[in-house]
Amino acid sequence: MKRFSNRYILIFSSVMVIIVATLLSLAATLLQPLQERNLEIEKKKSMLESIKVPSDKKNAGELYNRYIKDSFVLNSKGDTIPGVDAFGVVLKNEQKKPVEDQYLPVFNALPDDGEKLIILPVEGKGLWGPIYGYVSLRSDLNTIYGVTFDHKSETPGLGAEINTSWFEGKFSEKMLFEENEFVSVKVIKGGADPDNLHGVDAISGGTITSKGLEEMLFDCIVKYNDYLIKNRK
Amino acid sequence: MSNQKKEPLFSAKNVKLFTTPLSRENPITVQVLGICSALAITVKLKPALVMALSVIIVIAVSNVVIAALRKYIPDRIRIIVQLVVIATLVILVDQFLKAFAFDVSKELSVFVGLIITNCIIMGRLEAFAMANKPWPSFIDGLGNGAGYGLILIIVGFFRELFGSGTVLGYPIVEKLGIFSIGYENNGMMILPPMALIVVGLIIWVQRSGDKSLIEKK
Repeated sequence: MKRFSNRYILIFSSVMVIIVATLLSLAATLLQPLQERNLEIEKKKSMLESIKVPSDKKNAGELYNRYIKDSFVLNSKGDTIPGVDAFGVVLKNEQKKPVEDQYLPVFNALPDDGEKLIILPVEGKGLWGPIYGYVSLRSDLNTIYGVTFDHKSETPGLGAEINTSWFEGKFSEKMLFEENEFVSVKVIKGGADPDNLHGVDAISGGTITSKGLEEMLFDCIVKYNDYLIKNRK
Repeated sequence: MSNQKKEPLFSAKNVKLFTTPLSRENPITVQVLGICSALAITVKLKPALVMALSVIIVIAVSNVVIAALRKYIPDRIRIIVQLVVIATLVILVDQFLKAFAFDVSKELSVFVGLIITNCIIMGRLEAFAMANKPWPSFIDGLGNGAGYGLILIIVGFFRELFGSGTVLGYPIVEKLGIFSIGYENNGMMILPPMALIVVGLIIWVQRSGDKSLIEKK
């Protein structure tokens, strides 16, 4: 094997680093607009899915404009904060702030059956990374109309099952409140009684993700408590 | 160019480079490499398929890059250079997936990044590409990636079939009406240990078919 001088090694590694860095930053900058558009479409698709409107990459934007009527941002006391774009709120960043300073986005939706729904975003921790989703509530602001969950890195077949329709479907018609107390929906290991208005089956093999999901629902929606109570019928 | 006259692109030797990793020198069942990812992503068939494809691409391209540079890579920093090449390729693949195949990239999530640490790729760069020309290295990469992918797909197929009763998400067991005669999905199959047991079974089958693989005492 030929021996290389230290000088050669230094030059070789510097050139390599410069080439690689240029290549990667070029790729990152050039592809960023496309990636951001994908994320935006994904967000609209998820919101539509939570009100049970199926959409695909092409029509998500159009359907979003048709079904999501307006949106606004609340503080934890339930008052509207004017001048903030709810769609642009990044929940992960909000959760780092103290509760009183957090922006809480609300989306008003009107599906074809004419019932006014609201959509609330949720975000929490799964086993390997963040999990997030949208919960839509019926006009009584108590009954869940539909949910959609997604995850960054849960295990396929186990925790990743939270984004399947058989799991999400179990949340429909569950209740968030018991009288005037917020109890949320629990994920019950070993199976929930079908009559249980506040419980759904956990995922076998996905206990930590299920627990994370339960915490996410409680922690995120309890912040809307005042707003929900005030506007309930 | 004169080399190509001496040795055709698909000479018997080159074909062998592709076929041996599929069976006699399979990275997973014979060399027992890359077990970690075989555990993680074989619960369902689809991620296993996409993972197999991504690994084939990364291993083949990085083999070519390293083989082309092999005379210029200083021996003392060769591992670092190999890692940089693999990592760059993986990040590029990940970025392109995010931009052009968002669904697939969501499906694979963290496992794309984990390709970097797949020991098969490092192993092939070190053992083959550092000492061979780009074209044989390319074939060697394809072969080893395919050998890895083949096992992944077999394991993924059986785990999804027996664990969830589906194949590529299609509920085949339900459609065949086997549930009605009292059959139930085996929850064990979706847990990681069963991946090892299925790989073990494949090794068993392979060795009983090819006795030369069994170590002599």
